[in-house]
Amino acid sequence: MHTCKERAMHIVFALTACVSIAAVVLICVFLFANGVPAIAEIGVFRFLLGTEWRPENNIFGILPMIVGSLYVTAGALLIGVPVGILTAVFMARFCPPKLHKILTPAINLMAGIPSVVYGFFGLVVLVPFVREYIGGRGMSVLTASVLLGLMILPTIINVSESAIRAVPSSYYEGALALGATHERSVFCTVVPAAKSGIFAGIVLGVGRAIGETMAVMMVAGNQPLIPDSLTDGVRTLTTNIVMEMGYSTDLHREALIGTAVVLFVFVLLINVSFSLLKRKGAKA
Amino acid sequence: MTKQINTTTWQQRIRSYSRHPGSLILFLLVCLAALITAAALLFVVGYILVKGIPHLTPSLFEWKYTTENVSLMPALINTLFMTVLALLFAVPVGIGAAIYLTEYAGRGNKLVNLVRITAETLSGIPSIVYGLFGSLFFVKALHMGLSLLSGALTLAIMILPLIMRTTEEALLAVPDSYREGSFGLGAGRLRTVARVVLPSAIPGILSGVILGIGRIVGESAALIFTAGTVAEVANSLFDSTRTLAVHMYSISGEGLYLDETYATAVVLLVVVIAINALSSVVAKKLSKN
Repeated sequence: MHTCKERAMHIVFALTACVSIAAVVLICVFLFANGVPAIAEIGVFRFLLGTEWRPENNIFGILPMIVGSLYVTAGALLIGVPVGILTAVFMARFCPPKLHKILTPAINLMAGIPSVVYGFFGLVVLVPFVREYIGGRGMSVLTASVLLGLMILPTIINVSESAIRAVPSSYYEGALALGATHERSVFCTVVPAAKSGIFAGIVLGVGRAIGETMAVMMVAGNQPLIPDSLTDGVRTLTTNIVMEMGYSTDLHREALIGTAVVLFVFVLLINVSFSLLKRKGAKA
Repeated sequence: MTKQINTTTWQQRIRSYSRHPGSLILFLLVCLAALITAAALLFVVGYILVKGIPHLTPSLFEWKYTTENVSLMPALINTLFMTVLALLFAVPVGIGAAIYLTEYAGRGNKLVNLVRITAETLSGIPSIVYGLFGSLFFVKALHMGLSLLSGALTLAIMILPLIMRTTEEALLAVPDSYREGSFGLGAGRLRTVARVVLPSAIPGILSGVILGIGRIVGESAALIFTAGTVAEVANSLFDSTRTLAVHMYSISGEGLYLDETYATAVVLLVVVIAINALSSVVAKKLSKN
């Protein structure tokens, strides 16, 4: 009786552990089974490298969306990475403990604010600002990048801060003892030692930025064209799906699922590089 | 006041900076970055609160949604349903999986590696991909339709890795002596886990669950194509519903209800802030133990 119950629960726990495996398999199967035939029907190169997206004429080229996602993500990194890393350095090495007690929950709150709220904020504050002072219609690569940069800040800060804190204090003390200033010790010994952890944070931020949907949709303008300037509207892979999924049918629908497949592959690549970096960081 | 050693006075610091201008620049840059981060957060939260609080009218909380009052009450109640339902699926599975990983699986178990890799993969998948998967699998293949249930199951998969990871960390933090003591008294593995390990890991598990609630409340992209956007309180598991975040997205897209959108954003923010506060209280309790 006793061992019977033990064995039964062992199996139950093992089964629950398998749920995540099953979920990944199901997600892959359903996405690929629905998306890959469409990509094959359209033609891999015409799908990936086609610059025109006109569902009404059965022309499905997602290059503008791929480029759009890359532009917006790069823009977000340009803003989020320097500010994020410097803030992480501040929190780990410069900030008085009292301030740290306020900043940590603040950063967590920043991570917790729903993306619709960020998107709405972008819509009512950033879009008019860009339209007034920088030009264009306001809904643009620039607006989306700034908003996304803001949204990936907490991710970068959290991961980088714990990487910086994990560096043994002997590094810092050694530099200080050699006569370097506090800043020089931090930036020339501690930060380089935390390099792979900081990179892991950046990669995680890339994942967030490329996968963000609602906030980008509300501020990016969503024209399926490759933008020529920072103030042009842009459509990303994620927004392409969410904009048209509601009313699409047949090949159009499958082309959207194909878009998700492309996005999924991007995210998998990012995930793999993240875990490689993390492993490297753990070893070092 | 204890006497401090190894401290520098302001004069000493200024003198040092005048000798090392590079350090001064770095110091200023670091402070500037922190200031930008803090200011951005304050601006976002402050702007929404200032613009939204005056529009928190009683009509916004009326029981029924009409295009007149744009009530958020049904959405709020649906959010509660959605949260409870998603947790009902995700928490037992997440905790069970974490127990398996930490307590049952031996070292070098291949299954463990696979579970870890897949959980990591799951946590990186964007919410729109979850939404699409949910609409292909739960809505279409399992014929659940746009419903509370489809939405909750999609969200459950989404927060599963979070629950697993936090629970695993909490279980690993339980000292081995507890387990040894329990085994030494003749308890089996199951009894040890249920009576000794799990109870002492509860605060850690709870903070993971609270984080999961935060993600459920804020989620919109994964729900539009799985739970739909009907603005009524769900009567059954198979009714289409909208949660608060989806509600806010829908009314902001129509462009007619700017004031109501601000007010809804306030409610959403307050909920998120409350959840965050709760999780830090729990975390503090954890660190005290």
